[in-house]
Amino acid sequence: MLTDLTLAEARAGLRAGRFSSRELTLAFLGAIEALNPRLNAFITVTAERALAQADAADAALARGEHAALTGIPLAIKDLYCTAGVRTTAGSRILAPFVPSYESTVSANLLRDGAVFLGKANMDEFAMGSSNMTSAYGAVTNPWTRRGDNRALVPGGSSGGSAAAVAARLALGATATDTGGSIRQPASFCGIAGIKPTYGRCSRWGVVAFASSLDHPGPLARTVEDCAILLGSMAGFDPKDSTSADIAVPDFAAACARGVKGLRIGVPREYRSDGMAPEIEALWRQGLDWLRAEGAEIVDVSLPHTRYGLATYYIVAPAEASSNLARYDGVRFGARTEGHDLIELYENTRAEGFGSEVKRRVMIGTYVLSAGYYDAYYLRAQKVRALILKDFTDVFQQVDALLTPTAPTAAFAQGERMDDPITMYLNDVFTVPANLSGVPGLSVPAGLDAQGLPLGLQVLGRHFDEETVFAVGAAIERAAGFPALPSIRAGA
Amino acid sequence: MSLDPATVRRIARLARIRVDEAQVTQMQAELNAILGWIEQLNEVNVDGVAPMAGGSQGMAQRLRVDAVTDGGMADQVLANAPDRAGAFYAVPKVVE
Amino acid sequence: MAYTIEGSSGAWEVVIGLEVHAQIISRSKLFSGAATAYGAPPNSQVSFVDAAFPGMLPVANGECIRQAVRTGLGLNAQINLVSRFDRKNYFYADLPAGYQISQYEHPIVGSGVIEIELADGSTRRIGVTRLHVEQDAGKSLHDQDPARTFVDLNRAGVALMEIVSEPDLRSPEEAGAYVRKLRSILRYLGTCDGNMEEGSLRADVNVSVRKHGEPFRTRCEVKNVNSIRFVMQAVEAEALRQIKVWEDGGTVQQETRLFDPSRGETRSMRSKEDAHDYRYFPDPDLLPLVLDEDWVAGLRAELPELPDAKRARFIAEYGLSPYDAAVLVAEQATALFYEAVARGRDAKQAANWVTGDFFAALNRLGRSIEDPPVSAAALGGLLDLIADNTINGKIAKEVFEAMLETGEPAAAIVDARGLRQVTDTGAIDAAVDAVLAANPDKVAEFRAGKDKLFGFFVGQVMKAMAGKGNPALVNDVLRGKLQ
Ligand SMILES: [Mg+2]
Ligand SMILES: [Zn+2]
Repeated sequence: MLTDLTLAEARAGLRAGRFSSRELTLAFLGAIEALNPRLNAFITVTAERALAQADAADAALARGEHAALTGIPLAIKDLYCTAGVRTTAGSRILAPFVPSYESTVSANLLRDGAVFLGKANMDEFAMGSSNMTSAYGAVTNPWTRRGDNRALVPGGSSGGSAAAVAARLALGATATDTGGSIRQPASFCGIAGIKPTYGRCSRWGVVAFASSLDHPGPLARTVEDCAILLGSMAGFDPKDSTSADIAVPDFAAACARGVKGLRIGVPREYRSDGMAPEIEALWRQGLDWLRAEGAEIVDVSLPHTRYGLATYYIVAPAEASSNLARYDGVRFGARTEGHDLIELYENTRAEGFGSEVKRRVMIGTYVLSAGYYDAYYLRAQKVRALILKDFTDVFQQVDALLTPTAPTAAFAQGERMDDPITMYLNDVFTVPANLSGVPGLSVPAGLDAQGLPLGLQVLGRHFDEETVFAVGAAIERAAGFPALPSIRAGA
Repeated sequence: MSLDPATVRRIARLARIRVDEAQVTQMQAELNAILGWIEQLNEVNVDGVAPMAGGSQGMAQRLRVDAVTDGGMADQVLANAPDRAGAFYAVPKVVE
Repeated sequence: MAYTIEGSSGAWEVVIGLEVHAQIISRSKLFSGAATAYGAPPNSQVSFVDAAFPGMLPVANGECIRQAVRTGLGLNAQINLVSRFDRKNYFYADLPAGYQISQYEHPIVGSGVIEIELADGSTRRIGVTRLHVEQDAGKSLHDQDPARTFVDLNRAGVALMEIVSEPDLRSPEEAGAYVRKLRSILRYLGTCDGNMEEGSLRADVNVSVRKHGEPFRTRCEVKNVNSIRFVMQAVEAEALRQIKVWEDGGTVQQETRLFDPSRGETRSMRSKEDAHDYRYFPDPDLLPLVLDEDWVAGLRAELPELPDAKRARFIAEYGLSPYDAAVLVAEQATALFYEAVARGRDAKQAANWVTGDFFAALNRLGRSIEDPPVSAAALGGLLDLIADNTINGKIAKEVFEAMLETGEPAAAIVDARGLRQVTDTGAIDAAVDAVLAANPDKVAEFRAGKDKLFGFFVGQVMKAMAGKGNPALVNDVLRGKLQ
């Protein structure tokens, strides 16, 4: 089955002429047609465009021209602006929005010959860990518990991207990670995903949630596939003032490096929080694999990491409250009329935003407001500085860190919905990397007792994604993870 | 610190989000729960710590060359407007 | 004498602070590549960044930063080598992002000073609190439609310098002089064109009143006043209003007001009634702005001579009166013109001609110093003819008028019209003799002690010589013959 190929295998097949991009694209479009009604992984499917891009890719291949992704069908998270294609950010307020510009990251993928199948579902404005906050309906995780058919969440906010890749509706996908939104859904859906270093991938054209925490990055079924995608997505962009002018290394090559001689840190603070025994067991297993491959395991401390989540829930809503002010019904998007301009704003935003977005905009407005700024926002910025310092210190001792990605496996739709804080706890292991900007990768490493995938997280130094890929690929090889969800193309 | 209904209304007004009374009560409870949970940051000693603003560290602002490279596309910037009058965006009348 | 306003309860002092928004001269906007030209069709100079479309990000324009630093140097102000951009959050139709990118906690320029000259010849030093760089908003048009406001974002994102003064100003005259001086400095630096009609320079006028010796009372901010005359009128109108409020037993409320020039009064701005809570925080899309010390030193070294320095030099080098010097340096173009005329000539005479006949001609013909009806070289040519006694001062005025009419050089006009002054003593002798012979009674009166009549004889002789007599020779000959 063409849809079972990894991205690297598909690329080799295209280059060898074993199949065309049109055939490959048709296979994925067929899978989407068959499964998207069940999974709701795509908000918008762009079949015609995809086939035109596939034909262009085939023509290029026929001329002997192949770029990194020529003819490779991908899903694009609906947070990335795509020229001429509706971009909703999972929100009702952007339901009618069609940008005439292409985000830098998706433009880089198109430059390298990729085929876009459509726009992937997501939590509204990337705010969520379950994909339940999308205005376009929940996404269903292609995995189910053994002997239990209840629909599970794919994680969030890049839940549509993760579900699409896991169910083989795309070879890979773009995603974004503000507090764990690449790594947590990767873990929940049994696939790989990397949040690169802050500044590695341009944020230009990606709808902003929290500017200092937003990281574009890829999701794919293997670590190597993520490396190939990131190689195309990354790079200096003069249109983003926070983009780093640093050369993009050969990430895919780094996957084969091995871990011999690397020092891998185990942050002891991650153990607390009443961790599930099977997650702790998997973590220990991961460390054993790395030790067996020649790495040295070192106990380390990130003393402020336990304050990451609370810090995050000040910084992210604060930035979001400002970033989302532009959705006012005047220049683009949905409008709900009012008798005067203020009413128009209030009605538009009350109707256009869902409750999680409103909640965060309210929190963010409050923590920035007069009299509260110092107590909340300024204090959070200082704790953030301490969290960053923890990482800088620890990376003097070790080359990478290994932790679980998420405290649990995927949960059922509707579970944990009553209390926002329980939902926020999903991000407890992933948030520190967003606050500090260090790269983090989730690699599927095993199954829990109910047969659901669990991921391990590899964290590295700023701009040292190569080591992160090397460690992630070593775990992947050792785990031999059979990533076969019950709902998948051809199953 | 705990929010009262008047503060919830004031914040909603600042954020330009219409809220009805039932929502005020619900939001008050939710926001107070979140803010209460956030108070754990008060345990951290932040004396003498320089606040970290932004995600990039150790980088300074790059400056662009002063050249006209954009604009000249009124139709495109207006194409998504819910209401417009010719080449203007239109909103309900504002009295200064 | 300190300026006060007499109320029913006695004298009131007026306290004024100004926030001047000056548009930085640049081709493109502060954070986008869209053009800044004035008067373009609506929304034609708007990028997706300016209209705050989803996913758009700001990238700072280096020229705007350079101009702000040069302005700070021109105001003798402290340059902050590390500054930041912050977001000022509020909703308004012409503020697309829902926030203005500005500098709040860490402005690029710290405290400086501006020296102002007053009509009585005195000077005062006015403190500048800070200068920061920020985006302009778009333009709302309220009068195009009965039910709707139209929004044009051409101006949205244009770079402004906000220059904030200390509350050091104490009269409408001082407020006017401050804006005039600031505008002059900005124009010298070439950092703002100072065009108030086009909105390149606008002032928010903060006014309060108090009794002598009191601490400051509540102030009101009169927004966006767009001419120097209106600044002065707004100060007076707002001060009078506040005095009335206080004297009627009321309390002045801190608020934002608008000046209505047609009624000569200020009124509360309804749209700004909402209690403001701008929720400033560092813009996470922008990194700290770090300036290189040597680069700043280079800019300092290359600053042009500014009005104060130039005025001092004009007084020292050309012996001008402080008043003439101030008039000549107010505009850089005028100073340049003057120096071109004065160089190598009688500098005081040059000053008299430039500020006298030449300025009068500019006014009369509606021309500007940039487009003068007579060039500096041509005016210098005229002065040369006076200096070498080719013509006298009176004829020179006639020649100047002819230069305005014909555009011909002074020498050509003098030759063509036979205006050379007569220095031939024979001809002067003859003219003097004829005048004395024709007025024997006046000669007798003069000789009897009526000295004042000397002027009459000079006038008669010059008239007989069609104004061309060399005045000094005419005087000499007359004096000799009348003795
Ligand atoms: Mg102001
Ligand atoms: Zn301002």
